[in-house]
Amino acid sequence: MKAFTQHKGLVGPMDRANVDTDMIIPKQFLKSIKRSGFGPNLFDELRYMDEGQPGQDCSQRPVNPEFPLNLPRYRNASILLARKNFGCGSSREHAPWAMEDYGFRAVIAPSFADIFYNNCFKNGLLPVVLTEQQLDVLFTEMYADEGYQLTIDLVQQKVVRPNGESFGFEIDQFRKDCLIKGLDEIGLTLQSTQAIKDYEKTRAEQQPWVFGAIK
Amino acid sequence: MSQRTVYDKLWDSHLVKQNEDGSALLYIDRHILHEVTSPQAFEGLRLAGRKPWRLDTNLATPDHNISTDPNERAAGVAGIPDDTSRIQVQTLDDNCDHFGIKEFKMNEMGQGIVHVMGPELGATMPGLTVVCGDSHTATHGALACLAHGIGTSEVEHVLASQCLVTKKMKNMRVTVEGVLGVGVTPKDVVLAIIAEIGTAGGNGHAIEFAGSVFRDMSIEGRMTVCNMAIEAGARVGLVAVDEKTVDYCRGRKFMPKGEMFDKAAEYWRTLISDADAVFDTEVQMNGSEIAPQVSWGTSPEMVVPVTGNIPRVEDQTDAVKQKGVERALEYMGLEGGAPISSVAVDRVFIGSCTNSRIEDMRAAASVVKGHTVSKSIKQALVVPGSQMVKEQAEAEGLDKVFIQAGLDWREPGCSMCLAMNADKLGAGEHCASTSNRNFEGRQGNGGRTHLMSPEMAAAAAITGHIVDVREFTGDQS
Repeated sequence: MKAFTQHKGLVGPMDRANVDTDMIIPKQFLKSIKRSGFGPNLFDELRYMDEGQPGQDCSQRPVNPEFPLNLPRYRNASILLARKNFGCGSSREHAPWAMEDYGFRAVIAPSFADIFYNNCFKNGLLPVVLTEQQLDVLFTEMYADEGYQLTIDLVQQKVVRPNGESFGFEIDQFRKDCLIKGLDEIGLTLQSTQAIKDYEKTRAEQQPWVFGAIK
Repeated sequence: MSQRTVYDKLWDSHLVKQNEDGSALLYIDRHILHEVTSPQAFEGLRLAGRKPWRLDTNLATPDHNISTDPNERAAGVAGIPDDTSRIQVQTLDDNCDHFGIKEFKMNEMGQGIVHVMGPELGATMPGLTVVCGDSHTATHGALACLAHGIGTSEVEHVLASQCLVTKKMKNMRVTVEGVLGVGVTPKDVVLAIIAEIGTAGGNGHAIEFAGSVFRDMSIEGRMTVCNMAIEAGARVGLVAVDEKTVDYCRGRKFMPKGEMFDKAAEYWRTLISDADAVFDTEVQMNGSEIAPQVSWGTSPEMVVPVTGNIPRVEDQTDAVKQKGVERALEYMGLEGGAPISSVAVDRVFIGSCTNSRIEDMRAAASVVKGHTVSKSIKQALVVPGSQMVKEQAEAEGLDKVFIQAGLDWREPGCSMCLAMNADKLGAGEHCASTSNRNFEGRQGNGGRTHLMSPEMAAAAAITGHIVDVREFTGDQS
């Protein structure tokens, strides 16, 4: 997994609450058996005027001129500002895959849906939780200042504004470590192989019906 | 030991290791796989040269991306016309064959929507941890499981290690006392709960549904409720074990038999929250006051009683809410202040992991029996949740009731709930749907979803508009 320590980048808006994963990547693109290539279809229904199909050349499609991320000033944005409950709905990891493939490295919102939040960390995408008031400040500054950039420092756990002031954020130690080091979580878990086997042994003695059921 | 909730007990009994950094290794008993969120996980296993940790824990079936059309289904996997869909379904078959994972293939008895299949086959048992790469996995919590959706990276993690690295959730209890009125269903209860606590109300929590309304409810009804916990933001929804739970489990395919069943049941009966267990969040509602519910907007919290009116922008308290209602009204093509029962419907969908079990089929059939689908309806689909549901419904003659009334009787799958196959709404079309999400574009680009119970959707099919099933007479107006 791609490591994340510090990132400075252009900021773009998704200024609405409850952005769901169907909106982030519509279902027709979930037919792919690959992990990559979802970027051109990120926010597909909002971004284009027509209905997208898998495998299509998106460069030829009519874009929605009113969708903010289509504006030249937000092109190449790598940090997304969002509102509460971002990523609600389906568990599809295609949502963070699409965001990462598009070029986003971080999303800042007042809250995230649990599964989406969890999925981000598996893909080197950093979800940052700030307060609604702090988001209001960032949205205001971003709208006022074309080319607005933020620096997100995961090690120091802070979002640094252009004026040098910063907002601190909370993050689980385990998730932070994995992201900073770009760790293979499965490899890490398999270091506990003996503990897992011990657990299974005890459990099989207490609840034998749990084992061997599916065949 | 201090007083514990059902969730606490399930957590404690699956804890392999508590790490100092706050994370924990949790053991997973049951892993259900389907075609859409598993291919990249299997590929990851292969690339790393890993094998599944255990085989007798995994169960797979295709459901999301398969046709429900009887003719197309009869053509088998090779006959799936869309290349990407065919490759995806074939990839699941190939992966299961390669790794030795038990799969119910597309047209095999046992196949069905993952959350219908697991419980009906007895693969889901009380006291288990159950995961699946699908957010509606909370459904299985109706049998007092710790069940939740996971992403594809975690599908791979569970395949490889039988564990998840996770963190304990908070406890929430939603207590609904009283007795439900005639025509009020589990779907109405859960929609009313989501309207009350909001789509983010359960974030970070495991919800236990408690109170007389859930005790009185059938196991299938509890599944409908737990299924939509995620629409209230909670990954986990569950109901404590009672004798209904034990009775439901008895005799199912993968369940223990004989003395082993009794021994298991003895343990299952301990899966109730202790009397003094403390919940981080408590919500109380009166079931007697719940009317049939209908969603009007583009989020599952945008719900009103069928007797109510569509909200107006100017009645909203804060700016973000005003913007949300304004956008939703525009997308839905609705006028704030109008009665919800005035909304005309173009299509009807009865199915999905929320409402496609045999009780749902019976309920919908009892409403349409002897009536005819309104001429204004372009399509009314009834999609049974599994091969077993389909077989049972046909044995009871329900398929004939639907067909005689003018509804389509289909093959099992997820169908128009997420519209990955050909079952979808056209732009601007309104749908009376028994599914779980009314997001923009969910049931088809530009489609407009109204969530409701099977009874309400069936009544809408006959009248051609949203109608209070309690006043439904079959007259077309």
